[in-house]
Amino acid sequence: MDTWEFYTEKLIPALNEGLWMSVLIIVPSAALGVLIGVLAGAGRAAGPPWLRRVLDLYVSVFRGTPLVVQLTMWYYGLPGVSRFLGSILGPMGLPEFTWRFLVLSPYVASVVAFTLCSGAYQSEYIRGAILSIRKGQFQAAKSLGFTDSQTFWSITAPVAMRRALHGCGNEIIYLIKYSSLALLVTIQELTGKSNALASFYFRPLECYLLTALYYLALVSLATFFLRWLENRLRVPGMGMAKTG
Amino acid sequence: MTGRPEGSPPGAAGPPLMEARNITKILGGKLILDDVSLSLNRGEFKVLIGPSGSGKSTLLQCVHFLLIPDGGDVLLEGASAVEMGHKNVCAFRREIGMIFQDFNLFDHLTARDNVAIALRKVKKVPKAAAMARAMGELERVGLADKAGLYPAQLSGGQKQRVSIARAMAMEPKLMLLDEPTSALDPELIGEVLNVIANLARGGMTMLMVTHQIGFARHLVNEINFMEDGRIIERGHPEALLADPASRTATFCSRLSELTGNQ
Repeated sequence: MDTWEFYTEKLIPALNEGLWMSVLIIVPSAALGVLIGVLAGAGRAAGPPWLRRVLDLYVSVFRGTPLVVQLTMWYYGLPGVSRFLGSILGPMGLPEFTWRFLVLSPYVASVVAFTLCSGAYQSEYIRGAILSIRKGQFQAAKSLGFTDSQTFWSITAPVAMRRALHGCGNEIIYLIKYSSLALLVTIQELTGKSNALASFYFRPLECYLLTALYYLALVSLATFFLRWLENRLRVPGMGMAKTG
Repeated sequence: MTGRPEGSPPGAAGPPLMEARNITKILGGKLILDDVSLSLNRGEFKVLIGPSGSGKSTLLQCVHFLLIPDGGDVLLEGASAVEMGHKNVCAFRREIGMIFQDFNLFDHLTARDNVAIALRKVKKVPKAAAMARAMGELERVGLADKAGLYPAQLSGGQKQRVSIARAMAMEPKLMLLDEPTSALDPELIGEVLNVIANLARGGMTMLMVTHQIGFARHLVNEINFMEDGRIIERGHPEALLADPASRTATFCSRLSELTGNQ
């Protein structure tokens, strides 16, 4: 098989399939990660003390352990927990789903792992953004008769969103690349496909080089979108220079 | 600038518009306000002066219930802030406007949106009406042409005028001003004082912390001199400043020696 044919017949179709799988993992993980980050970040910045402690614990666990370990725990570790639960709940006459739900498919395990890890990092950016808002902004809102929730939606959220955008975007770009870890739980996404082809045809250079270009394209697309969003939300004097 | 006729502020016959009764406030273990009482009739303009740390700003914030006093009460048209309870404190604050030393405009909103947002969110005025009202208020402070600019694009004096427009749009019964010109460059002070003088002539009830005695003496009904959390002197500016033995007069003459302010 000549090189050209290898590209058009084998490598590119396979990588396109892998790309689709990657996108299916990245998009929900990024969206849910931001959602969790916003909730956890707001809770850590402004929540009651017990909530802060719970959320701080979440962040320190998920930021403090390797993502590979987390991912393999979700996929390979949880079935063990499920079996243990089953040995207790089964004899009690409970239906099987009360422990079977812990056995995750590779796809669900990946999305759960990436979402929770990403959310922990996102919450740090959101928390920082909320804490950086000057006290006077809240005082002004109070003096105009804003309730706490009106202040949150009219002042805190729009300002924090702009301040956090840089960091959150950065985290999404990281996520695009660490989504490749999904190959460890048997998912045939971009890197998984590339890995298989490279060893089957013994052409690692071409395979990995082209895979790198695919990731570069994904990241460029995300960067472009984030720049567009930044420019749309840009407010003079809020520390975001016009780019792009 | 012409002063209001002495001794007969409008509405003086009825109960006071605002009455602060025996306000006590402790911050960080220190007694900042020590049993302070103060009242304003409708249309009156009073000034608080005194050395820094004497509790002037804290008193304004307690009158507004931005800080909840540890003791005492504030009555606005006879309605007690303490009795309103925690839930209605927002409704109480809405009736009072506050101008801050460092403006505190909302950084992410244009001048016009700064004025309109409380109308829309707090008073639930429809968007178009709120925007029209905001333009009207900006016109009154001479900034209609800056409506689309963000705070970072405005000078200090313009920011403070927008913040006055923002407070006025809520139609407050009482306006509190916390050193509204002390963060401004000297050449920008005049434009803000002009707007404040216009409010006074329009009959707005106001309580202002200021060191601009030259401005205040012709316009206000009463000077209250604060020291160590108490009001130790109060009286008509001409009377207080004419009495060389008064604490107010010595403080003000030292102030004008130091800064050249009159």
